[in-house]
Amino acid sequence: MPGDSILHRMDPRAKLVASFYYIGIIFLARSWPAYAVLFVFTMSLVLISKIKLDFFIKGVRPLLWLILFTVLLQIFFTRGGHIYWQWGFLTLTRYGLLNGAYIFMRFVLIIFMSTLLTLTTPPLSLADAIESLLKPLKAIRFPVYEVALMLSIALRFVPTLMDETTKIMNAQRARGVDFGEGGLFKQMKAIVPILIPLFVSSFNRADDLATAMEARGYQGGEGRSKYRILKWQTMDSLAMVAMAILTVILIVLR
Amino acid sequence: MLMNSKKIIQVEHLKYEYPQSNQHLALNDLSVEINAGEWVAIIGHNGSGKSTFAKSLNGLLDLQNGSIVIDGLPLAMETVWEIRKKIGMVFQNPDNQFVGATVEDDVAFGLENQGIERAIMQTRVTDAIERVGMTDYTKREPSRLSGGQKQRVALAGIIAQQPEILILDEATSMLDPEGRREVLETIHQLKQETNMTVLSITHDIDEAASADRIIILDDGQVVDQGTPAEIFAYGQRLMALGLDVPYPEKLKAALTTLAVPMPSEYLTTERMVDYLWTLHSKM
Repeated sequence: MPGDSILHRMDPRAKLVASFYYIGIIFLARSWPAYAVLFVFTMSLVLISKIKLDFFIKGVRPLLWLILFTVLLQIFFTRGGHIYWQWGFLTLTRYGLLNGAYIFMRFVLIIFMSTLLTLTTPPLSLADAIESLLKPLKAIRFPVYEVALMLSIALRFVPTLMDETTKIMNAQRARGVDFGEGGLFKQMKAIVPILIPLFVSSFNRADDLATAMEARGYQGGEGRSKYRILKWQTMDSLAMVAMAILTVILIVLR
Repeated sequence: MLMNSKKIIQVEHLKYEYPQSNQHLALNDLSVEINAGEWVAIIGHNGSGKSTFAKSLNGLLDLQNGSIVIDGLPLAMETVWEIRKKIGMVFQNPDNQFVGATVEDDVAFGLENQGIERAIMQTRVTDAIERVGMTDYTKREPSRLSGGQKQRVALAGIIAQQPEILILDEATSMLDPEGRREVLETIHQLKQETNMTVLSITHDIDEAASADRIIILDDGQVVDQGTPAEIFAYGQRLMALGLDVPYPEKLKAALTTLAVPMPSEYLTTERMVDYLWTLHSKM
């Protein structure tokens, strides 16, 4: 999602590290005040990003059933504290309700935060950030550059392959294939004539691409310079400090 | 044509056989010399060996037999990367040679490979993108570009690397007429500005017509070569080789049989029109 907030302009490395760290420290919170702090923190970030709340709520929707299932499991199977209601093996206790509410908050906060990361950072920047963060792994001969290039090429080819899929589907429709009709087995069978041509053409593309890369002097990651560079700014250091402060607050409030 | 200039490409007795091809030679004792600054078109029907020839020049296919010398440098294992710096190649499929995630990233790809400093890279990339007229699209992703635009980006990537030779391996064959015109115009303009040596492998007779010299390949051998005017005058023979003759040439042949006086040299469509409407003019 294009935009020009402070969050958009932050170094993707800072955003990536901070988001993962945040998801980690959410699990420190075990009291209402702690969750209140986290909630306010997340909401202020959403405000700063200037992205409409709708997008975040949309992020929650696909996971709704998972959230509901987990929350209900917590509510009915946690024992302890005052018992409000009991029926067979199902009990509704104070701790159960409390845990259910906590889990729900955790889910929502984690989804909001990861949505924030993906909405304010282009995929390519994320790939750059991953490359930069994985650099220490070069010591154990992990092919960092190659993996990063693979990642960026994969991202670049997503729309191309989507176009191709549409084309193949249309071609198969013209030959009378019905997609989205019939039982599960029939639908699965209808996918085969899409996947096989897509697979074959992907291999052809990969072959062409490799030839073109070689012709342009690609000899592997060693000795390459970088056109895109990442800049760590004061803002990014401040974000790290904010995370540290948040950790302290959460430890105090737990 | 530049007669006494230096030979930038020297190919002697080149043979190439694809694996599992039953000893059919894709290139059969091919010898070609190309001068620096020359524009040569290589035409031939499918399977005549023209693409194999192009891919042999920068070592994309292993040298099996014969010798290739590029700008005084014999092609071998040790020199192949040096030679690839001298040759820029644009391929047929616009999508399958676009490596970068955006226009500028793609133009920078070849420079990154050479380990060129970032400051120099930035000026060269900006300059190259401007030369092909894509400045407004610098940050665009390839999926939002037309085929012709993608090929122009591919050209920019080559300009940024500043090679001596540009090889077009059927670079316009997958484009619509508009895209083809755009790309050819860009190549013409580049040729004028840089005096690069251009080698275009093509089916497109109009593309071949812009060359200084045309080489016809058939069965991995040079069948004939000459200026576009000389070659297109063959008419029937070209068709026998599975090649098309430009429309003005067909018209010329048809009019000649009707005893209309016609000039012997090759006429482009425009010049043919001019010729025809002034044919009976006494002014």
